[in-house]
Amino acid sequence: MRRLIADQTHSISLKLNGKPVHAEAEPRMLLSDFIRHVLGAKGTHVGCEHGVCGACTVRMDDGLARSCLTLAVQADGAEIETVEHLAPAPGSLSVLQNSFRRHHALQCGFCTAGILMSLDTLLHDHPEAGETEIRDALAGHLCRCTGYEPIVTAAMEAAKILQKERLNA
Amino acid sequence: MKPAPFDYLRAGTVQEAQAALAAEGEGARVIAGGQSLVAMLNMRLARPTLLVDVMHVAGGAEIRVERGQLVVPFAVRQAALLNRRDLLSEVPLLAAALPWVGHVQTRARGTVCGSVAHADPSAEIALALVALDGRVHLRGRGARRLPAAEFFTGMMQTAARPDEMIEAVSFPLSQEGTGHAFNEVGIRHGDFAIVSVAAIATGDRLRLAIGGVNDTPLVRDWSSLDERQVDDALNDLAWSLDARNDLHATARYRRDLVRRLGRKTIKEARQCAA
Repeated sequence: MRRLIADQTHSISLKLNGKPVHAEAEPRMLLSDFIRHVLGAKGTHVGCEHGVCGACTVRMDDGLARSCLTLAVQADGAEIETVEHLAPAPGSLSVLQNSFRRHHALQCGFCTAGILMSLDTLLHDHPEAGETEIRDALAGHLCRCTGYEPIVTAAMEAAKILQKERLNA
Repeated sequence: MKPAPFDYLRAGTVQEAQAALAAEGEGARVIAGGQSLVAMLNMRLARPTLLVDVMHVAGGAEIRVERGQLVVPFAVRQAALLNRRDLLSEVPLLAAALPWVGHVQTRARGTVCGSVAHADPSAEIALALVALDGRVHLRGRGARRLPAAEFFTGMMQTAARPDEMIEAVSFPLSQEGTGHAFNEVGIRHGDFAIVSVAAIATGDRLRLAIGGVNDTPLVRDWSSLDERQVDDALNDLAWSLDARNDLHATARYRRDLVRRLGRKTIKEARQCAA
């Protein structure tokens, strides 16, 4: 049990998108700032910084987390996945991302990284998810451009495609 | 929107956590899921000198059934309790109320005991704990168990002393022939409740618990209440509350929600009991 002192930086080790990383942070640094400013992964966006808008949502040890409501020191030893992890290869998109593109499920794109993490997790954990579950997951996100309908349509289409892929796999 | 500086300590045992709280005094806070506390840190509504992280203490996330109680220790996340296979038969009121706690994303990190420690007047878990006569297990230099109604002393105020942490909360297991129901109205699903209502019906007996209106959950019991008496009883209850006007709703709207949600929730609880 070591006390980490407030105005000093301390070493933090975690896995970001499958790769081990080591860096330094003060105890008060938010995970969102650690991911963006220290580790340089700018795909995760920061909106309200008090857990309301959902833009900064990431995956942490298989569950979702608001990275603005998580301290970097809490994530020491954790596995973090961000929107950069979703595409299977550079220049290609995941099934869900492709559906977003097809259905115009984003305009300015500020909220999109967080929404993709929530929906990707939902469709992975509950492949049978329908409109109710999709809307429930979306309730934790704010989008000011789309009115949500295209997002729901895109997620439902992605769910169907993924179910089919699973049947043929 | 960034926290003020604080020290951080990851406790390995409850004893370590408690000793750190006792040594630090008023400036120390326990951090578990952090879903309420980190928001308060970001807005600098809380400025602790030390955060004691209890999420890595062995055994802190193991829910157990003990002497007719469902015991939920300090590191159990809200999602873990909601996903418990037998929750609907063990504590049906919790199964009904937990989906209303925050969002999927915050339930994945937020803990049951953390919500109780935060003591927000609109919190669903606090309401269920008081409605069911649950208990709060506190660990300081010694251990004590407080009835939930004595634990919540005001808006975000509790009877916990600075050197105490919540070791667990316990909910009595449901008895056969008892019906439970929960309803809530907020601006959007997942927002703070404007009014939340829990009802417990056993035979003629009825209990209502109201959240979101007073500073702490309010409980009212009736030994019997037939169909013709319900509206008058709910009207009396609505007027006895300390309903206030604020940004989200008027006092009058809150009273009307108590009447309408109350009637609906009583009906549902009685149907479950039958």
